[in-house]
Amino acid sequence: MSTALDLRADGPPLVIPYVMAGVVPDWLDLVRGAAEAGADAVEIGLPFSDPMLDGPTVQRAAALSAARGGRPRPLLDELAGLDVGVPLVVMTYANVAMTLTPDRGVAGFVEHLASVGVRGVIVPDLPLEESAEYRARAAEAGVAAVLLAAPSCGDDRCREIARASAGFVYCMSSMRVTGERADLAATAGQTARRVKAVTDLPVVTGFGISAVEHAVQACEDADGVVIGSVLMRMLVDGAPVAEVVEEVAAYRRALSSVHHSPAGG
Amino acid sequence: MRAPDAAGRFGRFGGRYLPEALVPAAQAVEATFREAWADPAFTAEYRRLLATYVGRPTPVTECERLSQVLGVRVLLKREDLAHTGSHKINNVLGQALLARRMGKRKLIAETGAGQHGVATATAAALLGLACTVYMGHTDVRRQAVNVFRMELLGAEVVPVTSANGVGTLKEATNGALRAWVNETEHAHYCVGSTMGPHPYPWMVREFQRVIGDEARAQCAEPPDVVVACVGGGSNAAGTFAGFVDTPARLVGVEAAGGSAVEKGKLGVLHGFMSHFLQDDDSQVLEAHSISAGLDYPGVGPEHAHLAETGRVRYTSVTDEQALRALKLVTRTEGILPALESAHALAWVVDAAATGELAAGSTVLVTLSGRGDKDIQQIREHLR
Ligand SMILES: Cc1ncc(COP(=O)(O)O)c(C=O)c1O
Repeated sequence: MSTALDLRADGPPLVIPYVMAGVVPDWLDLVRGAAEAGADAVEIGLPFSDPMLDGPTVQRAAALSAARGGRPRPLLDELAGLDVGVPLVVMTYANVAMTLTPDRGVAGFVEHLASVGVRGVIVPDLPLEESAEYRARAAEAGVAAVLLAAPSCGDDRCREIARASAGFVYCMSSMRVTGERADLAATAGQTARRVKAVTDLPVVTGFGISAVEHAVQACEDADGVVIGSVLMRMLVDGAPVAEVVEEVAAYRRALSSVHHSPAGG
Repeated sequence: MRAPDAAGRFGRFGGRYLPEALVPAAQAVEATFREAWADPAFTAEYRRLLATYVGRPTPVTECERLSQVLGVRVLLKREDLAHTGSHKINNVLGQALLARRMGKRKLIAETGAGQHGVATATAAALLGLACTVYMGHTDVRRQAVNVFRMELLGAEVVPVTSANGVGTLKEATNGALRAWVNETEHAHYCVGSTMGPHPYPWMVREFQRVIGDEARAQCAEPPDVVVACVGGGSNAAGTFAGFVDTPARLVGVEAAGGSAVEKGKLGVLHGFMSHFLQDDDSQVLEAHSISAGLDYPGVGPEHAHLAETGRVRYTSVTDEQALRALKLVTRTEGILPALESAHALAWVVDAAATGELAAGSTVLVTLSGRGDKDIQQIREHLR
């Protein structure tokens, strides 16, 4: 299936930084800078009051955004007309997806994403069984609905998730909410390999990628990584955007210098 | 009341809005519950614990002096007399037995008032399981005595602070759900009300239906009106289950500051679709109630459905009404209700005064818990 979110799986590993929309006044500079630093896509978080799958750092980023007046709709509207040369993928929770456009439900949500140029979407609390309509409406709107797979999912479920996902398959590295970790869990490689075995879509590992070495290790099995909490911690602690962009560049350099030969690829 | 459909829905409400990471765990809970609930050995053990440990059946008390004051006949279903002081234990023992059946070593729970936390810590002690209870930081302060009780029972109490949250039941549930992700392999999430992802709303109602089934058998004739307070809705769902097929009017009473049925909007939180208090920017609001157990911005999916079909009427009362009713019942009957239960009583007091409850009619109220845990707070408010 061809989607709006065509990420190559045959080049160097994909680098996908996560940015909470509105976390700092110049967050759009981070989106631009990350793209210039070689990111293959940028994941944009929309603040939600009850982020079930987020640890303390992303929670703080969401709270900062909210405290600065950050609200999902106006933040999305800031993306309109912003062409950074790489696809933008929005991540938020089901309540935001359902209620962003009054009375229009998930259809209104994905159409709105398309209208501001967003090419992919991740809603972690819409699992396979709850996502049929959302996936159908997203496909119609030309937005790739990316599904997540987790270490707890069996092989059959991984296959179904991969079949239903668009753009790429997002693998949780471990059974942990988002946050920085000392080590990359052994489940990261196992999960990526299991999903890679059943799909031709790029397989991207995220959650807990906290150091360049984790990213390199994760990409022995996966086609790329999402880097979130480590960047958001820098911003929340007051680092200037330029410094965070430099961090993204460091991941890019490290991953471009490794030979990419994912298992089964 | 019927079981939800295969997708866990009551009408359009309910479902299983969980990250993939937790879907297998919820599926396992569902499969184990279906199997156990049909297994006579499981139900026999559950009933044995309810009888010999909880002290069931709890009585129905005829309130003579209160009835005289109000001009309606008031019967109380006495869940305050259950072990640990509220109906929460009925559900927790069922889930703790399930956890053991699934080979889990630990119970995770969220708690508002602390009653569900205390009940979970109690069941964990009884069955030799570890226990961690998540509690909003505001409630840790409001319900300090219950925190100490849980710790005494061997549980760990984790205060949940969030950067933007007020620190009540909503935040506690976020904390418990995150812990479930982290510990799903060895821990069972013991949800404390008829909320959360499928099968919890249904399963918790089934474990609480003992309230309604007993009361039905204990009332010589079905009452005209059956009333219960509604936080997530477990004591109400359990009560209504015994009367839904009688002509009785069913009334659910929320806290005015947490009345999701009246003021909520359709949305998704904590794994289920229902009505939630939220702003125009998709952010879920904090509920505000004197009663920590009713401080929840949503309502269980089956209640949302029963409201939509019109079988149950949902209404709300203020903190002040609840406190006045609490004082009245304490003075006339010598029974100190929990602040949560006082909301159900407050509706009766009000409805008797306005004539909404016809003089001489019989009303059964579920007294979901005793007020000992609230003494400090009641004292501050009444002074
Ligand atoms: C005594 C008592 N009643 C009622 C409730 C509300 O819960 P539910 O609506 O699930 O019965 C609580 C919750 O903590 C409680 O402790």
